[in-house]
Formats: sequence, C-alpha cells, structure tokens
Amino acid sequence: MDVTTMILSLVKIVAVIAYLYGLFWVLGVKLKKIEIAGKLLDPSIAVNIIGAVVAFGIIQLALTEFNGVSILNDFDSGLLYQACTMTMVALGLNLIYGFNGQFSLGQWGFYGIGAYAAADVTYRWVNGDSRGLVVLGLGVILGGLVILLIGKFLSNLRRMPVLSSFTLYLIGSIFAGAVAVYAGKLVAPGLDPLLGTSLSLGPLAQGLPMQIVFFLAIIFAGIFAAEVSFLFGLPVLSLGSDYFGIATLGFSIVIYTLMVNSDTILPFPEMKGGRGMIGIPKLTTWFWAFLFMLLVIIVMRNIIRSSTGRSILSVREDEIAARSMGIDVAGTKLMSFVIGSLFAGIGGAVYAHYIGFLSPKAFDFLVGFNPLIIIVFGGLGSMTGTVTAAFGWIFFLEGMLREILGKISPEAPSWRYVLYPLTLLLLMLVRPKGLLGEVEWGFLKSKIVSLRKSGTKEGVKPA
Amino acid sequence: MNNTNVEQTPLLQVEGLTKLFGGLRAVNDFNLTINQGELVGLIGPNGAGKTTVFNQITGIYLPTKGSVKFNGINLVGFEPHEITRTGIGRTFQNIRLFSNLTVLDNVRIAFHPQAGYSMFDSIVSNKNFSQKEHEITEKAQDLLDVMKLSRFQNEIARNLPYGEQRRVEIARALACQPQLLLLDEPAAGMNPKEIMQLMDMIRFVRENFKLTILLIEHQMRVVMGICEYITVMDFGEVIARGNPKEIQLNPKVIEAYLGKGAANAA
Repeated sequence: MDVTTMILSLVKIVAVIAYLYGLFWVLGVKLKKIEIAGKLLDPSIAVNIIGAVVAFGIIQLALTEFNGVSILNDFDSGLLYQACTMTMVALGLNLIYGFNGQFSLGQWGFYGIGAYAAADVTYRWVNGDSRGLVVLGLGVILGGLVILLIGKFLSNLRRMPVLSSFTLYLIGSIFAGAVAVYAGKLVAPGLDPLLGTSLSLGPLAQGLPMQIVFFLAIIFAGIFAAEVSFLFGLPVLSLGSDYFGIATLGFSIVIYTLMVNSDTILPFPEMKGGRGMIGIPKLTTWFWAFLFMLLVIIVMRNIIRSSTGRSILSVREDEIAARSMGIDVAGTKLMSFVIGSLFAGIGGAVYAHYIGFLSPKAFDFLVGFNPLIIIVFGGLGSMTGTVTAAFGWIFFLEGMLREILGKISPEAPSWRYVLYPLTLLLLMLVRPKGLLGEVEWGFLKSKIVSLRKSGTKEGVKPA
Repeated sequence: MNNTNVEQTPLLQVEGLTKLFGGLRAVNDFNLTINQGELVGLIGPNGAGKTTVFNQITGIYLPTKGSVKFNGINLVGFEPHEITRTGIGRTFQNIRLFSNLTVLDNVRIAFHPQAGYSMFDSIVSNKNFSQKEHEITEKAQDLLDVMKLSRFQNEIARNLPYGEQRRVEIARALACQPQLLLLDEPAAGMNPKEIMQLMDMIRFVRENFKLTILLIEHQMRVVMGICEYITVMDFGEVIARGNPKEIQLNPKVIEAYLGKGAANAA
C-alpha cells in the first residue's frame, strides 16, 4: 500500500473540513456597528462577503495552473464538484427528513429530473436548437403562475378533498406545458440561426451568452423539479410518514424507468435512453458549483432560523400540537418538500454539466440512498453535519479509497462498497446521533436568546 | 341554562354535537353554551367523551352531526389551524410539547400565524424580518415571565419537570392569543401543592388575559374550587349541569362516579 497517497488523501479530507469550518466561521462574523458620516453601518456584512470571496478564491487559485502545475488536479476538482452537488441534494433531503420529519426516498428522482432537464436545454442550445430553453423556461414560469392562481382560488374553499385539488393543479400544469410547447414551436426558429450548429457555434452559443443560458438552465431545471415535486407531493404527503417513504420510492423508480426509455416512450431522442446522454457541454466551473452551493446553504439557513423554520420543526415534533397552534401542517409539509426538491434539481443541473454524460444508472434508486446515508451520517437536523458529511463522504469514498485501492489492482476499487458500509456501521455505533449530532458551526448556529433580567416585566400581557 | 339575553351572543355555542366512531357513539347530542368571561368545567368518568368534545371543537375530529358556533361563526368544517386562528387555544391531556426544541421556541412557534413577515423576508434577511423576529421573541419572553418560566427559556422542553411542562403548554396556548382557552386535565399527575399553584395560575391568567376557559378535569378539588358552571358527562351524554354545589348533590353524578349503591345511600 502506498503510504504517501494515503496520508495525502487524509490531509485532503482534513483540509476540506477545515475549509468548511473557516467558511462558516467567516460568514458568521458579527462586528459592532460603526458610524460613518452620521450613518450607522454594519461592517459584518462586508466582512462576510469578502470572506466568501476569499474562500472561493483559495480553491480557485489551487485549481489554476501555473507553469502547467496546479495544487489540485482534475481528479480533485471533480471531487469538489461532486461534493458541492451532493451537498445541495443532501441539504434538500435534510430539510424534508431531518427538519420536517417526512421520510423521503424520492430525492434522487428530483436530482435526476434537474440533471436531465438542464442537460437537455444546453445540449440543444449548442446543437442549434433553442426550443429546449424556450419550452422549459416558459413552461416553468407559466406552470408556476397557474399553480399560484389555482392555489389562491382554492384557499377560499374548506376541506376540499386532496385528490380534487390535485386534479385541478394537474390540468392547469398540463395546460401550461402545452402552451409552452406550442410557443416553443413559434419562437424557437427565429433564434436558431444565431446559434449555429454543433460544428460551428454561433454567437449565442459561446462566451457570455452561453454562461447566461447555463445559469437559466440551472434555475429553470430547479424550478421544474420543484413543480413536479409539488404535483407529486400534494396527494402523497397526506399519507403517513412510512407510506410516504414507499410512495417516494415508487416515484424514484418511475423516474428511472422514464430515463431508461427516454428515446422510446418519451419524445427525447437526444437523451438516448439507457445508453446514456452524451455531449452535454461541460460548463460547470468552481465558480458555479461554489455559488450555487453557497446560495443553497444561505437560503436554507435563513429559512430554518425564521418563523417558517420553526413551523417546519414543529411539524416534525408533533403534528397534532402544531395544528392546534395554528400551523397549516399540510402546507408546511408541502412547502419543505418543494424547497428540498428545488435544491435537488439545482444540484442535479450542476452535476450534469460537470460530468458531461448522463446515464440512467447514476439515478437508480439504490444510488439514491447516498444522500440519505449522508444526512444520517452527518446528523439529522444538522446543516453542518450534512455539509461536512457530504464533502467527507465524497473525498473518502471517491477520493481516498478509490485512489488507494486503485493502486492495488484495477478491480480493487469495488472493495470500497465493503469498506464504507463498515465504516458507517462503526460510526453509528460510536456516535448514534450522527457525526456531528446537533452541533452547528459559525453562521449556521441558531442564535441563543439571552435571558432577560428577572422581574423586569412581571405580569405584562401581550396586546 | 340557555341564555336568552339578546344583547350578548354566547362566545361558544355547541349544539347537538354527535360523534360516531363506527358503531360507537362517543358523544351524543352534546349541548354547551359559554358566555364571555366564564370559567366552565366539563367532568365525567374515564371514557365519557370529554376529550372527544374538545377534539371536535378544535377541529381535530369532524363532528358526525351538530354545530360549534364561536362568536356566531360555525366552525364545523374548518381546519384545526384555522380554528386556532379564530381564537381558540388548547392544551392536551398527555402533554404535547415540541419536546426537542427549547422552551422559548415552543412558545415562539405559536406566534407563527401572526409572524408578520413572509418567507422572502426571511431569506433575504431584511429589516422587516429582524424587527418582527425581535417582537416575537419579546412577546414570547413576556409570556414566559408571566408563567414564571423565564429561567428555563433555553432548556430543551423534554428536560423540564412535569409541572413546568404543563406551564409551558399553557404559555404556548396563550401565545395563540385565544379568547377561549380549552384546558384538558391540567392537573393530571400533580401533587396537592402543585394543584394549588395551578389553580392560582388559572385564575391569574383568566384575569390578566381576559379569557374564557373551558376545563376538563378529574380532580374534584380543582373543579369545585374554580369553576363557575359545571357540565357532567357519562357515556357520551350530558347527565347534569349547574354550579358546583348543585353538582355535588346531584344523585346522577354520584351514581356515575361512585356507582348505584352510593347514590342510594346519599
């Protein structure tokens, strides 16, 4: 066994965890307000932004080649991108399962939806077809509007059977989709000449416009996954938690089957069914991966510490009590499911443009247990745990074990699926609450409200 | 019993409430009228259907028949969270706190319907968010002060002693800003000293928050001590109504609690 490789990979794992600790610390820095020109200014926000930029810059520098040499090679950057996407998916699942208590096995399905949807948009774009972007973009915007409108209309009705409202939403969404497809047929041919062909790219298919398209593709793919999760979650979330788990497992299998047959039963020949989709432009850079991961972390953290976050937690703790405290339990469940799926969709979209090749095998429901393992491993209901476990998991399994075992023999890397479950078992025995339990780092920590001086406001009544 | 005063509509008016669980008639033709400011007790042996009445008033169960009018609005068909938002707070027989959260969070959760900021506000973390969040925390701390729970503020709810957990539950119910408070066996599992404190607290809360209270209780000491009117249930039916003195002498009540022989002897 190669000792240097082993030490080096261990160092990498430790460095990554330390990096995350530093990132969360710098984002959580709070400074005293200072007075400049008669105005109270908060310097901590500036420090936080600079910290995030520096954190981005450190890795970016390590990835940049100087005289043909860089500190982190392509293999490492691949690990980083994978870890970023895994973080997004796992955080989404932690919101659904860890914070809201709904056991879901469907996260990997939404990940797949996000990956394929975004890949289809950019693939078509570089092959001189703008219909992907137009149809998906218009579809998700119209679909979102229709869902909001129907929701507003239904809010006046009480105790409506969930299947009736589901039917309304479904009809509305199908209508929105049909309009989008029709509009795509009308609009797209006008844009196509600017795109060129796959051999000679037009002005819109390279440089800055391509980056914008890529950004839009990720956002739209995420929203698309969220809308699908809304339609799926609406009827299914009324089931109890265990049944919900089985139903979401079914969803994963449906998505897998659709992917395998995407060129036969679905009208997407470019996805090539079970053979896998090739030729997706590799647009994911450290900038995009880091940006979206940071956005997901910040958005989720801000939701969790708000009143909405507390209502999400209350549903996990006791549904009947939550209901009696005026919390719309069904709505809260649906909301956290949709947000979780949005994160998964964004993660999938980033992943697709890193790997450049999508095979349905990567979205098999067995692989779908990975994010579940990560959140249990890192600690249910701990964001820090999820992020560190996602990074540690990727760097340990895909990085360290693959590298070390690869040196022994070409077949040896398969052993990692024996070694890592054993590691997992051991850790669960030593730390049953997960690696970090309920520990949170830096800005992920929830603010502890200090005690008031006793006896200041005895007998005060609220307004 | 029926208040025919035209000027004052009763706060809560339950008429002909019936609940069937399959063939079991858990509650049969239950009537109850509560006026603003009253403290009413609902008593009866185990399995008489008292909690089922509570669950129907708060919308956890949909009544098979009958109506529940609160401030003149029929609540039947409302979701439980909507009923809470109209002004009915409750506690539970077996304490249902959010046991892994802090005491402060338990109370703050109940302020969620009146949080006053949207999810977007919290995501971008703007001024409205921090201001309203501060207000919620202040209000929750006020309530904890009133309930003498301030020093437990950052404790995990399940680590609290039993009596304190009861108080947290009442604080949480008060945070819903109710007009009517439903207390389901608040004295269950308490020793005589704690019961005395509880009774003081109920009186205090009632005066300070201008509350109307409906109370289920087994402990005669509590019921006879603080309730103005009492309704007695047995096998899903109302068997007696009146003030504490009348109830104590009512042969039907004695029979329900102590058996037929005891009623004859009395």
